[in-house]
Amino acid sequence: MVLPNKTPAQTPASEKRSLGRGVFQKCDGCGQVHTAEDFAESWWVCASCGAHHPMSPAEWRRLLLDDGALETWDEHVSPTDPLGFDDGKSYRARLERAVGRSGHSEAVEVGRATLSGRRVAYGSYVFPFMGGSMGSVVGERVTRLFERAHDERLPVILIHASGGARMQEGLLSLMQMAKTVGALRRFRAARRVFVSVLVHPTTGGVAASTALLGDVNLAEPGALIGFAGPRVIESTLRTTLPEGFQRSEFLLAHGMVDLIVPRAEMKSTLHALLSHLEGP
Amino acid sequence: MNHVLAFERPVVELVKRVAELRELAREDARLSAELKRLEEKAAKAAREVFARLTPMQKVQLSRHPNRPYTLDYVHRLFDDFIELRGDRRFADDASIVGGLGRYHGRSVVVVGHQKGRSTKENMVRNFGMPNPEGYRKAIRLYELADRFGLPVVTFIDTPGAFPGIEAEERGQSEAIGSSLEVMSRLGVPIVTTIIGEGGSGGALALGVANRVLILEFSYYSVISPEGCAAILWKDGTRAPEAAERLRITAPELLDLGCVDAIVEEPPGGAHQDHDEAARRLDRALYEALMSLGGLDAEALREDRYSRFRRLGSFVA
Repeated sequence: MVLPNKTPAQTPASEKRSLGRGVFQKCDGCGQVHTAEDFAESWWVCASCGAHHPMSPAEWRRLLLDDGALETWDEHVSPTDPLGFDDGKSYRARLERAVGRSGHSEAVEVGRATLSGRRVAYGSYVFPFMGGSMGSVVGERVTRLFERAHDERLPVILIHASGGARMQEGLLSLMQMAKTVGALRRFRAARRVFVSVLVHPTTGGVAASTALLGDVNLAEPGALIGFAGPRVIESTLRTTLPEGFQRSEFLLAHGMVDLIVPRAEMKSTLHALLSHLEGP
Repeated sequence: MNHVLAFERPVVELVKRVAELRELAREDARLSAELKRLEEKAAKAAREVFARLTPMQKVQLSRHPNRPYTLDYVHRLFDDFIELRGDRRFADDASIVGGLGRYHGRSVVVVGHQKGRSTKENMVRNFGMPNPEGYRKAIRLYELADRFGLPVVTFIDTPGAFPGIEAEERGQSEAIGSSLEVMSRLGVPIVTTIIGEGGSGGALALGVANRVLILEFSYYSVISPEGCAAILWKDGTRAPEAAERLRITAPELLDLGCVDAIVEEPPGGAHQDHDEAARRLDRALYEALMSLGGLDAEALREDRYSRFRRLGSFVA
C-alpha cells in the first residue's frame, strides 16, 4: 500500500538525462560521481559499485525491445474517481499531476513488441505515476495484456515496479489482484510463457498478485521486493530490520526468485529463456 | 465477555433484559406477551441506533471481541467437522483453520481466518494474521476440494496478513498470489463470507469466490482505516475520516459491486446472538451454493473469472 506522493521523489532517468552535458550525478550506492551522460550510457548502473538506479519505462523499452519500439495497447483506458476520494487534495488532481510529472497516461504501459526478433507481449509499470500503484486502469490493462497474449499466442514479459494497490480507489483496487491473477491463470492454462521481472521496488498488492507468479522470476540487483513495506514491519515489531532484508539477494537466498540479472544482461537472459521455453 | 462499546450500550441493556425475560417466560407462559413487547422494543431501539452508525463504529463492531469467529459458525453450520491441519511444508498456522464438514447433507471443505477470544488464544492464533504457511494450508485444502469435487466455503476475518520478518523470508507475497491463482482455477463452487474484518490482500487470499457475501457490520478494505490515516495525514487517530472516504461498509461495497449480498445481523449485531447470526448466514450461504449447483467445472471457473473481470472503474 502506498500513497505514492509520500514515497521519495524519483525523477525518471529520462528527465535526468535531459539535463544535458556537464551535469553530474552521484551514485546512491557508493557516492561516486558520474557525468549524466556516462550514467545514462551505462543504463544508470554505477560503473564503480554496480548499483542499479531507477530507469524510466522509455529506457526499459530501449534496453529490452528491438528499436525500443512498443506498439501500445489500451492507452485509451483511463481512470475515473469511483469513490470521489479527497484527502485534502482530490484524487483527480493527483491523477492530473501524475500524468504531467510522469508523461504517462497511467501506472502501467502494455503492448506488443519484438525482443531480439521474438514477438512478445510486454508490460512495464510506471513507478513515477503514483508509485506504480494498481488501480482499476492498471488492473484492466494487465488483464487485457494476458488476454491478448493468450489470443495472439505470445509470451508475456512484465516489468514490475509498484508500491501496491492504489488506496484512492478503495476495494476496487484490491479486486484488481484477483482479476489480474485470474487472467494469468487462463493464460497459463494455454501453456504460454510468463516471465516476471522484479525491479526496485515491488511491494504490497502487486508483489502479492502477478509479481512472484512467473514461470521464471528475474530480479534486478538490490531491488526491494516484499509484501509488507519495511516501515510497516519495523513499526509492528518495534525492531530494526537486518541489512539487506527484502532485497533481491535475500529473495534469491529464500527461494523466491530464480535469478538476479544485471541490467546489461537482461535482454539476452530474456531471449535465452524464451528460446528454451518456446523453442528456438 | 462483558466488552461493550459506548454507542451500543442502550441496545445491549435491552437485549440483556429480553434474554432474561425469555428465560422467565419459559417457566411462565403469562409473560409471553410482555416478552413479545420487549423484543419488539429492543429490535426497534437496535434498528434506530444501528441505522445511524458511522463507518468507524461498524469497523469497531467487526472487531468486537464477542463477535462470532469462524469456528463459532463452523460448529453451528456443519456436521461431523474434522479439522485438517498443516501445510505439509513448514508448519500449521492456527490463524487459518480448515477442514471437512457436512453442510445440509453435503460434504464441503471449509477454510477461514480464526481469531482468538483470550489473550492466550490470540498468541496462538496470531490475532488472525496469517503467515505464508496459513495460505499454503488453505491452498492444500482448496486442491483437496477440487480433487474430490467438494464445494468450498470460506470465512474472512483478518486485520491482514502478518507483516513479519519470517513471513517475508517464507514468501508472504508468493503465498497470497498463489492462493489467488489456485482459487481462480478450482472447478468446484466457492462461496466466501466476510464475517468480521476484511483486511486487504490477507483477506482476499481467501476470497476469490463465485459468490461473496458480507455480514452487515463487517468491513472489507484495501487498507485499514488506521493505516490509511497514518499515510494520508500521518495521524492514525483520524481513522474515522479514512473509514468514511474508503467506502468500506457493506452497503457501499454492494454498490461498488465488490460483494454480492449482505447478510443482516441480529438486533444489536452478531455478537448479541451467535445462534441467530448463524441461522441468518446459513440461509444466505445455502441460497448461494444452490445457485451454483447446475454449473460444471469449466462454467464455475468462467463464472468466477467474469465476476472479478468486471470489477473496476475506468473509461475506455
